[in-house]
Amino acid sequence: MSLKMPEPDQSVLARRASIVRALRAIVPGEGVIDDPDALRPYESDGLTAYRQPPMVVVLPETTDQVARILAWCHREGVKVVPRGSGTSLSGGALPLADGVLLGLAKLNRVLEIDYDARIAVVQPGVTNLAVTRAVEDEGFYYAPDPSSQIACSIGGNVAENSGGVHCLKYGLTTNNVLGVELVTIEGEIMRIGGRTLDSAGLDLLGVIVGSEGLLGVVTEVIVRILPTPETARAALIGFATVQDAGRCVADVIAAGIIPAGMEMMDRLAIHAAEAFVNVGYPLDVEALLIVELDGPGAECGHLLGEVERIALDNGAVSIRLSRDEQERIAFWAGRRAAFPAVGRISPDYYCMDGTIPRRRLPEVLDRMAQLSIDHGLGVANVFHAGDGNLHPLILYDANKPGELDRAEAFGNDILRLCVEVGGVLTGEHGVGVEKRDLMPVMFTETDLAHQQRVKCAFDPKLLLNPGKVFPTLHRCAELGRMHVHRGAVPFPDLPRF
Amino acid sequence: MEALRPTTADDLAGIITAAAAGGRHLALRGGGSKAAIGAAEADATIVGMTGFSGVIDYDPAELVLTVGAGTPLAEVQALVAGEQQMLAFDPFDHGPIFGAPAGAATIGGVVAAGVAGSRRVSAGGARDHLLGFAGVSGRGERFVAGAKVVKNVTGYDLPKLVCGSWGRLVAMTELTLKVLPRPREAVTLVFRGRSLGEALAIITTAMRSQASVAAAAHLPGHSGDAHAITAVRLEGFGPSITARLAMLDALFGDTARGEAASDDEAAALWNDLRTLAPLDDGRPLWRISLPASGCPAVLATLLPAGGRYLLDWAGGLLWLTFDGPGEAVRDVAASVGGHAMLVRADPSIRAAIPAFHPQPKALAALEARVRRAFDPAGVFETGRFEAFSHAD
Repeated sequence: MSLKMPEPDQSVLARRASIVRALRAIVPGEGVIDDPDALRPYESDGLTAYRQPPMVVVLPETTDQVARILAWCHREGVKVVPRGSGTSLSGGALPLADGVLLGLAKLNRVLEIDYDARIAVVQPGVTNLAVTRAVEDEGFYYAPDPSSQIACSIGGNVAENSGGVHCLKYGLTTNNVLGVELVTIEGEIMRIGGRTLDSAGLDLLGVIVGSEGLLGVVTEVIVRILPTPETARAALIGFATVQDAGRCVADVIAAGIIPAGMEMMDRLAIHAAEAFVNVGYPLDVEALLIVELDGPGAECGHLLGEVERIALDNGAVSIRLSRDEQERIAFWAGRRAAFPAVGRISPDYYCMDGTIPRRRLPEVLDRMAQLSIDHGLGVANVFHAGDGNLHPLILYDANKPGELDRAEAFGNDILRLCVEVGGVLTGEHGVGVEKRDLMPVMFTETDLAHQQRVKCAFDPKLLLNPGKVFPTLHRCAELGRMHVHRGAVPFPDLPRF
Repeated sequence: MEALRPTTADDLAGIITAAAAGGRHLALRGGGSKAAIGAAEADATIVGMTGFSGVIDYDPAELVLTVGAGTPLAEVQALVAGEQQMLAFDPFDHGPIFGAPAGAATIGGVVAAGVAGSRRVSAGGARDHLLGFAGVSGRGERFVAGAKVVKNVTGYDLPKLVCGSWGRLVAMTELTLKVLPRPREAVTLVFRGRSLGEALAIITTAMRSQASVAAAAHLPGHSGDAHAITAVRLEGFGPSITARLAMLDALFGDTARGEAASDDEAAALWNDLRTLAPLDDGRPLWRISLPASGCPAVLATLLPAGGRYLLDWAGGLLWLTFDGPGEAVRDVAASVGGHAMLVRADPSIRAAIPAFHPQPKALAALEARVRRAFDPAGVFETGRFEAFSHAD
């Protein structure tokens, strides 16, 4: 593991007992955890390659407690790492040895549902799926559906701007949130956005969503809920080449169709999934597309016919159209199980998350195959084909010396490739610690400084989730007067990690 | 007021750097279609952005368009329409609202002002479609944010922050926008002669249904409810629209159902919601963003003064003329969870009443810090909008 985190502040570590006492005065009883064994479950999130037990965990139950914790930590100069359900795949909730881990799981109530206004007001610890469960009896749902939706929290979704298979049509979290209650590191409680479609001033909500816990702690979220579509149907389409599948995707969109979901799997992923769930995926194809359409039955029937025609025009070698809900779910079963299925054919896998312009897909897959040979590790690909979001799964064995390092090096090469062809480092998992040191591949020092100054506007002492997102920890006073020319790095003596 | 018109980002950076060093102010200007919003810019130099014009990259299949920020909106809309696509947030030209012809507005201007039309309620606003930008901050530094692909969470989402920032953070030179297929067909259902309460009930029922309403509005007419029109637009493929019309008919029943408007009538009424021609009564024009449920209270308070209104965004946007005190508008808007912007008024009124609804103190201070982060010298603080007020 090559990750370098900010050096723990020994003076803070020396005060651990008094910090625990102060937190207990704010959150009584079981809400403060300092026993080393009890801290263990919090030592990592979904990116399990990195582990670090926090100094102490605090689990507030009210916004007021959150505000008092943050105000106290701000005054005392203690770092804070917010955490929802801990499902981040980029290490966004990786603790710090000298930091308070602020868990929001106990803020887990649905506060209000207004069907006429089509909104729900929820606390951050409510799981993504629980929002839909709370409104489905009235014929509504919450659209963003990250694959971890049974566990991941809305607060975490806001932090990471989570997506899901339906985001081509329905957007990411940021497009489905109207407002938040935010507690700043100073302990100030403020409302950003609200129940209107725009705000009176700057769109601060837009920059808070996806800020990975660096700008403030969200204690309430107003989400938009949508009427559940009347029906959903899917097509399962096999192609002899990735190029054919890619052209089919482009032609579907050119025909004016924005499917609810459009997923692609490569040969290795197809075989792994079929071996796992046995739903009848064709095994003699190089690429498999799942195209889902939702809406009135008449619309789904009409568009499914269009998709079938487009698929045949692009040389599809097998096509199945779902006839009922059971069959539609079966089509998805393999895709939904793709990660654990790959987990069965390899002791470990490392899930990547770049986005590319779709037209570059064949070339990217070819070069990824070469990288696979170079690094001596296999790779399976699942792909949100509609929006170009690629999830290569790198196969490795953590018990073999050096394989984790090789997997990470392979992953970094894939992300560099994504940026090189005009794409990005992360489409939906976030930067966290995982892609932090690759940020300069996509952004110049000046680009990053403009982002970091926003951080300084919210958190000038850099106490909230430091060590995430930005590769270099600039002190705010220095950023304020920094000038960078031609990539020259200012302040070479500042700590870099 | 002199005017500059840079054509390269380096020249623009030089202009901004010099202004920051000299303590001068710059007013960024696209087509000037919204120049009559806000207070007079007393001592600012105008920087025209129309030199940054033209298509930089457009690949319809990728749903991504990169253009110069000074490109005319009409040109962008014509370009994407030629590929059966659209800017789904429905931006429109403010020229006619101020008695000028349409055609001057630039894409950078509508994005900077966060302009979104009637489809806002279904398709999102400019914020939901700006994927990335290149520009020069108030520090005189060129930088980029976001990206040129439709799905990206790398770093802070600064594109959202610049949408609706009214040129107070960044002089954008290049924008990357998400584009979407144009609906193949559209039908507008109209419900005639309904009161405000009935109109809101119709709109709520339609929005709660599975009919995927693209836009919904209420145009009350000026001579009583008899001339009022409540409009609900459906868009998509033919078989889908047919099914959704049947869905709505079933919901409303024989007595209350709407009728499909002719193409001409539909075009005229949605155009009225862009030009605001029905509101041209000489009174100051306000734009109130609010929860639909707040409309009756706001109108009950303000309409007795004799103004007119139009309701868009399924009740979430109220355009209103009112010549009483600005506080009256802002107080009642705030009381229902909304906010009010002064859009059109005599210069003396605009000098006295800030265009934007004042924010709570802590939020205003945070916003001021964010503005300073991009513009520490206040280069873009021209007096048009409130300066770093309430700042810490």
